[in-house]
Amino acid sequence: MSNTNTQTNPQATPSGKAPNPFARFQGGNTKLAGFFVLAVMFLALPFVAKPILENFGPTVFSDTFSAVNSTLIFVLLALGLNIVVGYAGLLDLGYAAFFAIGGYTMGFLTATQSKLNDTPFHTNFWVALPISFLMAALFGVLLGAPTLGLRGDYLAIVTLGFGEIVPITFNNLTQLTGGDTGLAGLQQPKLFDFQFSSSTIEAWYLIALVVVFFSIFMIRRLINSRIGRAWMAMREDEIAASAMGIDLVKTKLLAFGLGASFSGFAGAIFANSLGSANPSQFKFDVSIFVLSMIILGGLGNIWGVIFGAGALAMTDRYFIPFFTEQVRKLADGIQLDSRLVDGVRITDPNILKDILTNVATNSRLLLFGLILVTMMLVRPEGLFPSGRRKMELHAGSSKDMQPMLIGSEDPLEQMAESHSLTFNPSITESTILDKHDKKHKNK
Amino acid sequence: MSVNILEAAGISKNFGGIVAVQKVDFTIPLRSIVSLIGPNGAGKTTFFNLVTGIYEPTTGKITFDGKQLEKLKPHQVTQRGIARTFQNIRLFSNMTALENVMVGEHYRLKAGLFGAIFRPPRVVKEEKAAYKKALELLEYVDLGGKGEEFAKNLSYGDQRRLEIGRALATDPKLLLLDEPTAGMNPNETARLTRFIDQLRRDREISVLLIEHDMKVVMEISDRVTVLNFGKKIAEGLPAEIKVNTEVVEAYLGKAYSQNKDEQK
Repeated sequence: MSNTNTQTNPQATPSGKAPNPFARFQGGNTKLAGFFVLAVMFLALPFVAKPILENFGPTVFSDTFSAVNSTLIFVLLALGLNIVVGYAGLLDLGYAAFFAIGGYTMGFLTATQSKLNDTPFHTNFWVALPISFLMAALFGVLLGAPTLGLRGDYLAIVTLGFGEIVPITFNNLTQLTGGDTGLAGLQQPKLFDFQFSSSTIEAWYLIALVVVFFSIFMIRRLINSRIGRAWMAMREDEIAASAMGIDLVKTKLLAFGLGASFSGFAGAIFANSLGSANPSQFKFDVSIFVLSMIILGGLGNIWGVIFGAGALAMTDRYFIPFFTEQVRKLADGIQLDSRLVDGVRITDPNILKDILTNVATNSRLLLFGLILVTMMLVRPEGLFPSGRRKMELHAGSSKDMQPMLIGSEDPLEQMAESHSLTFNPSITESTILDKHDKKHKNK
Repeated sequence: MSVNILEAAGISKNFGGIVAVQKVDFTIPLRSIVSLIGPNGAGKTTFFNLVTGIYEPTTGKITFDGKQLEKLKPHQVTQRGIARTFQNIRLFSNMTALENVMVGEHYRLKAGLFGAIFRPPRVVKEEKAAYKKALELLEYVDLGGKGEEFAKNLSYGDQRRLEIGRALATDPKLLLLDEPTAGMNPNETARLTRFIDQLRRDREISVLLIEHDMKVVMEISDRVTVLNFGKKIAEGLPAEIKVNTEVVEAYLGKAYSQNKDEQK
């Protein structure tokens, strides 16, 4: 939705006035200004909303904004994962690992329960934040490195493994991380005279918001640069990309590292805002949840991804508990028949009640499953697809790229041609190239 | 003796037990068009992949512009000045024509992570120049005005030319074209043939061409090399190759060439 239509006439430019590639991509200063207005509106939001929401009840404001805060964390995760999956085309199913690494780094560095407490390494939030970010990026690169030769399904399986290993490792390093209970008592930041705590919800909102806005700015700049083009080229065709002089190793690791650093950032803020880091926050479902968000919103489109994150996080927070409650009420409403048989009271089973009770208990999985299946059937490109993906899924298939062997229309010319030494290529070496290519790379 | 831009000496490539290319010696004189022909499965594309670093030769040496080539990765080969097109078009289908060409400029651009995010004047200038150059290249390959179209939506001939444009964006000294006229009608083929000829004069580059259309080969090649079953069976001027018995045999079978001799 963002950029393809803004350019009008590329033909006129070489000789005419100096071309401005950025105007083409971003709609110039008008859009930038719009972006800032939007940012300011969002920054002012809690201050406007607080008096209004508090009319409805004492906890409405804090409930709403703690939901908003966790949504912002998910937006950040989704933006990062979108770099890896949406732009670079590397299916990463273990994204929560970096979320955990960010959260635990923050925990190690700031928790009073941490082993580092009372050592010079124990520090405050502001120092720990960039360190968490760097640690996640570092692990993104380290975990990305062994997967370099892999593509598609294989990559997904390996990252899935990492996604499991990391939280379990944190869970089992009981000495360091407190095991199941995690690290509590994270020292929360102080900015000038303002002391953050788990109840200063507006403050966390502002921090998360600033990070989200900066991330959007950053990603938009990146994808319209040589780096973004290299990511997309790699997603489209690795062999062609490397034949154009793109270093696949560097480009992939950059995508992994950068994607991971977003996750690390999110993890660090998340853990500190809750005041604790524990393994259940960083489970595998986070990876899948975030992946669902970007697929729902539209892979490769920042605004779609943000919308997807918002929609799913809010669904999780509000709609699912509501749904669960309604179903449970329904189930409770069903009276079981019971009768006395030979002095013993026997209760007849009621299938409907059992089903409803089960639906209520597992409503989260049920609903997300339903949403995803429906989406994939009805709108596989997501709610707000990038122009590219829309075309990919609707305007034609990749078969368009296959060479069509068009001969001459004129039969006479065809005869004339067949007398010269003409060959029609059907299958030759380069079709086998993909298979061999993998072998060669692994050497 | 003119200077050679590319020299391959004793190149072999085995895939398991299959010998795809066997001890081929090969040279491309500077600023010439050399064609590589041979029946299907003769090892032409494998040879291309050896030169461009997609495969590593089992034995042999490749020297390009005076430097060893055979250990380099594909992107390093491209950075040394060899660009290629693919037999079955491999454009970045979901990127615009313009973006495709700009990807070709990738390695010459300097912007790093921070440059890309904060866009200092240096990066802005570089990006503008890259954009302008991409537009010029599109114009050059006759795709002016189609820069904003997705590569996949271009017509077949346009896609072929875009692939050449993208390869040219890497500023190659040697251009490898893998069956550029495959699937084209005679008009399109003639147009592309003229274009390739023009290209060499405009850009002072050498061209290595794999081609099945003999008309094209005979028209623009300075030299022709014939491969069959991975071995070089002939090399020489187009006129010499035309009458080479072994070549005719390879293409049309022994009986045909004997027949022809008897008729004479």
